[in-house]
Amino acid sequence: MTALTIALSKGRIFRETLPLLAAAGITPAEDPETSRKLILDTNLAEVKLVIVRATDVPTYVQYGAADLGVAGKDVLMEHGGDGLYEPLDLRIARCRLMVAGDPDAPPPRGRLRVATKYVNAARRHYAAQGRQVEIIKLYGSMELAPLVGLADCIVDVVDTGNTLRANGLAPLEHIADISSRLIVNRAAMKMKHARVKELIERMATAVAA
Amino acid sequence: MTVQDRWLLPEGIEEILPRDARRLECLRRTLVDLYDLWGYELVMPPFIEFLDALLTGTGHDLQLQTFTLTDQLSGRMLGVRADMTPQVARIDAHQLARELPNRLCYLGTVLRTRSDGFGGSRSPLQVGAELYGHVGIESDLEVISLMLETLARAGVADVHLDLGHVGLFRALAAQAGLDRETERELFERTQKKALPDIHAMLAGALPAPAAMMLLRLPELNGGIEVIGEARSVLAAGGEPVMAALEHLARTAEVLERRFPELPIHVDLAELRGYHYHTGLVFAAYVPGQGQAVARGGRYDGIGRVFGRARPATGFSADLKTLLELGECSALAPAAVFAPASDEPALEARVRELRAQGVRVIRALPGMPEDARGLGCEGGLVRHGDAWVVEPIGT
Repeated sequence: MTALTIALSKGRIFRETLPLLAAAGITPAEDPETSRKLILDTNLAEVKLVIVRATDVPTYVQYGAADLGVAGKDVLMEHGGDGLYEPLDLRIARCRLMVAGDPDAPPPRGRLRVATKYVNAARRHYAAQGRQVEIIKLYGSMELAPLVGLADCIVDVVDTGNTLRANGLAPLEHIADISSRLIVNRAAMKMKHARVKELIERMATAVAA
Repeated sequence: MTVQDRWLLPEGIEEILPRDARRLECLRRTLVDLYDLWGYELVMPPFIEFLDALLTGTGHDLQLQTFTLTDQLSGRMLGVRADMTPQVARIDAHQLARELPNRLCYLGTVLRTRSDGFGGSRSPLQVGAELYGHVGIESDLEVISLMLETLARAGVADVHLDLGHVGLFRALAAQAGLDRETERELFERTQKKALPDIHAMLAGALPAPAAMMLLRLPELNGGIEVIGEARSVLAAGGEPVMAALEHLARTAEVLERRFPELPIHVDLAELRGYHYHTGLVFAAYVPGQGQAVARGGRYDGIGRVFGRARPATGFSADLKTLLELGECSALAPAAVFAPASDEPALEARVRELRAQGVRVIRALPGMPEDARGLGCEGGLVRHGDAWVVEPIGT
């Protein structure tokens, strides 16, 4: 059988991908939340799951360290998606990429300062509006930045909006709807096409159901 | 800069040390000899030339990849080549202007501002061959065969061949009457096989048959049977689409016959190099490598900007990648150690041995006489008037 390596990130994406993998006949032998292993066996000897950080999934797949992966559209927009195929929207881990801030704040006098970990997506969003902004790259706790005067607003993924509300912020502009995509390494698509296409088709059927 | 980082090289720039350099040189000679036997003549384009000449014809795919500087003599912009193909096309169009087919090969370092491959090299050693002046599957087959032979000579095993044809997307986009901007956007999405995004873009925006064909294109990949499937799916595509499929089918058929062991994959949405390729495109993949190891295709008309459009097809690869993947080994031959003396008989003997192809290493006074450490298995010893090679004891 053709060996397959699938890159997944822990947490929501892993949980919501499980039923889709099950539909394709793949069940992991261990739970990544309790296991410390980074390579998980599955019920199929030739299929392995590798557990990586969400932002690293495209990199693993691009260079062929994994044949397939599941990555949020937000991560793919930031990565650029070069060298990858993204043939299937899994419609899981859905949220929105938004600009958020204090709705009552006066407009800034100079350039708008935007705190985000989505540097490229934020820059593209404002460029499309013809606005020159100052991007401040942060790795977490984005909501804090406007509160302490580090930035005027943030660009981040919003699910329920509870964290925003708890910090006195509100969604201001919608940038993109986000859901997770199945991504495929180019070489794997070509050299393992029978196995990969079968997997895509079975997952597509499960998504549509 | 501290003493510690003075020896560092810039990111993506590498040097090759004796053991690998020997293997590389051995492979280089093998390949240049191979191309010579196939009638491909070696050309050596300049490392640097006017930027316009480097970038025209290839669209602007190479613009961001090219290092540029200002020529102090002419005041014009110069570019360091990021790809040798346009240079060789210029040579065919201008320097060798003749009606016969030209078969040219080349080998040299190119520089890229950003690495586009795994391992992050920005200075690949590009090797390739181009065939100018012929339209038809025969010339495509010749360069594909030569690419496969190149990989075989380099000892790269288990090669998979991927075939595509950029004429399909081009014809379908033209038929759908897409404007430039929409075509560019659709091209990017098609290249990523981003079906959800293509769907979002085309649904309702185009008449149904044209949209359906553009939507189905990214799914048309797999074995050779895909070409047959495409004939019915893309039936409304008209003459250019059918001609492209026919070209692909005939090429695949001959390749299957010539290389019965070779796994062939067909991908009708493979659009790499779309801006300058015009027809059949192909690439070689090997297991364990997430990217193609050699690639090429047809780019008719690239010479137009140099004053003479000619049909063209060719391939290229990075010699360093081939070396890494290949089985080619070239160990240094055992050498003979010669004492430090300028006695005429010794001098004559050393010259004689070297003329026979024996590697002779001269001792240097004041240095430790560690012949074995220098890779010598024999030493020159005087017997009466004669200098004789004797094995060195351990």
